[in-house]
Amino acid sequence: MLTRRNFLKYSLAGAAGLAVPATIKASTGTAPAAGTATDKRWVFLVDSTKCVGCGMCVKACKNENEVPYDANVSRTWVERYVVTKDGKVHADSPKAARDGFTTQTIDQGHHGKEIIKPADISKAFFVPKLCNHCENPACVQVCPVGATYQTKEGVVLVDRTWCIGCGYCIMACPYGVRFFHPVYHTAEKCTFCVHRLHAGLKPACVEACPFGARQIGNRNDPNDPVTKTILNNKVQVLKEEYGTKPQVYYLGLSMEVK
Amino acid sequence: MVHGEIWTMKELFTYPNEYIYWSVQIVMYPFMTGLVAGAFVLSSLYHVFGIKELKDIARFALVFSFALLFAAPMPIMLHLQHPFRGINVMMTPHFTSAIAAFGIVFFTYGAIVASELWFLYRKHFVDKALALREKQDKSFVEQLWYLLYGTLTLGSYDVSDEALHRDEKAIKVLAGIGIPVACFLHGYAGFIFGSVKANALWMTPLMPVIFIMSAIVSGIALCMLTYIVVMEIRKFMMKRSRKTWQQSLEEVKGAEMHVVKMTAKYLVLFLVLAITLEFLDLIFRGYTAVKSWDVLRSVIYERDFYDIFIMQYGIGNLVPLLLFLVPGLTIRRTILGVLLVLFGVFMMRWNVVIGGQAFSLTFAGYMHYLLPIVPHDWETAKEGLVGAVGIFVMPFVLFWFIAKVFPVFGETNKAH
Repeated sequence: MLTRRNFLKYSLAGAAGLAVPATIKASTGTAPAAGTATDKRWVFLVDSTKCVGCGMCVKACKNENEVPYDANVSRTWVERYVVTKDGKVHADSPKAARDGFTTQTIDQGHHGKEIIKPADISKAFFVPKLCNHCENPACVQVCPVGATYQTKEGVVLVDRTWCIGCGYCIMACPYGVRFFHPVYHTAEKCTFCVHRLHAGLKPACVEACPFGARQIGNRNDPNDPVTKTILNNKVQVLKEEYGTKPQVYYLGLSMEVK
Repeated sequence: MVHGEIWTMKELFTYPNEYIYWSVQIVMYPFMTGLVAGAFVLSSLYHVFGIKELKDIARFALVFSFALLFAAPMPIMLHLQHPFRGINVMMTPHFTSAIAAFGIVFFTYGAIVASELWFLYRKHFVDKALALREKQDKSFVEQLWYLLYGTLTLGSYDVSDEALHRDEKAIKVLAGIGIPVACFLHGYAGFIFGSVKANALWMTPLMPVIFIMSAIVSGIALCMLTYIVVMEIRKFMMKRSRKTWQQSLEEVKGAEMHVVKMTAKYLVLFLVLAITLEFLDLIFRGYTAVKSWDVLRSVIYERDFYDIFIMQYGIGNLVPLLLFLVPGLTIRRTILGVLLVLFGVFMMRWNVVIGGQAFSLTFAGYMHYLLPIVPHDWETAKEGLVGAVGIFVMPFVLFWFIAKVFPVFGETNKAH
């Protein structure tokens, strides 16, 4: 017979049972992938003075990470900045620079193409962009279900099986690196090619860059060439004012970069 | 095609992954929760503060708030890329996220509204259940009603004066707790936007307060509108039927105008508060003129000028304010006024949500939102005009059903 005492007992047992999946999820959510060393902190170094805007990195990234080739989104991209003699800044990144910058016209979206005479140009340069794998990631903070998380190696990842597709992380990222994957319909972003790192390889974009503009390193290793460059040279990060502590360092970054 | 690409028009320099990801359903979400919170606050003004003039509309507002409550999470479901995973928010809430608390706040609030309704209608349920119990040869439908009312009494058949007095006390306590929870429910919807540091337009600590004020404005306006419509229908019915009614037509007319006038005063009060805060925010941004101000100014004063200053502040705020302040308020003028107020609050949500995505994170480009009117697939249906209108109609349909169980006028002998 269901007495009041038994009813309370069963209710409590039921409530405890409901809480179990939450605990399991919480304990697996932030755990590092199997077989990884946790003494690493991956950081990225971009030497923007070496970038020529060929777009090989974008191509390699799309192929490696199965982001549909023709979709107008990309985990990484290259921006072109053209500063004219009147001080105006003209910038674009057509198709995320997947095919490189093959014309001199600047893509202005629905404003069409802007033609700049070579004689008017005072300086021009390219800036590769990717997820900054921030020390204090705004995207991780705002995810309502904990589907996006930071590993002990500092890499920010998305769990495609758990993401509800609310887009809050996309809104929270000041760098615009996130988007909805056209096939999985979950939040998508650069992973530093963590699957390659764990296999002892370099990220696809680093591998594909013919000029060595992109490098990856372990900040916890003082002998790592990337760590040495970051410590010994004048480096900058993007949008420091947001307090996200980005971990993609730039050499030769100009003030015009957005 | 990438999500958002179909309704986003990009101009000048924007990042490749930028699109209007939060579309019309995210405009509907704070609009609907605002209506819920506002309707509840209106009903509580009577129950907690004993503002007698609002007695008639109070019960009505509470039932309507209940109907709205079911519609409030629907925009989110239509917005989510994986709606069936929405329950994950309850299973693994990640409490650093403002959205994570939604389930908890929403269900707490729902429980409060439901309990308050129960205490308010308990006697009604008991009366109905007892009447049906005694009736011989119940039809099948009557059997169902009996089952429903019997269940709704939750086995509590005590309707002595003492018990009813306790009910009233409980209602007062629940309404009292409900006000901060309703404000929290909506203030926290404002927090969802206000705390996004990447968005220059959204990030302000004033956002939750502005949201609460405009929520109360919209809630009162919708209650007034629905109240007037229901009263007009009643008057129409009274004129047509030959049955003798408890009240005369003139009495109903007088009572209606009295309620409307009193409620309108509170509407104006909260409207003035909302506008004041919004202008404070605008002036502060212009005066401090931080890095993002250049692009914000171009959006506010140039690109979205029509939506913000003509549609929202002009038609949505200034005109209804004048309509309510000019002496000799009539029912017709009130209807026009509350409709414009509702439109104004909707435009405010629109200008926050869509306006916040009108400029690029580069501060050097813009994005224009093209609302899908005619749907050609599921995405453009649910995140287009069709989906938005569907969400807006939903609470009225629900109210029609709910009011069958919770009659909002007259019938209960004990008027609270």
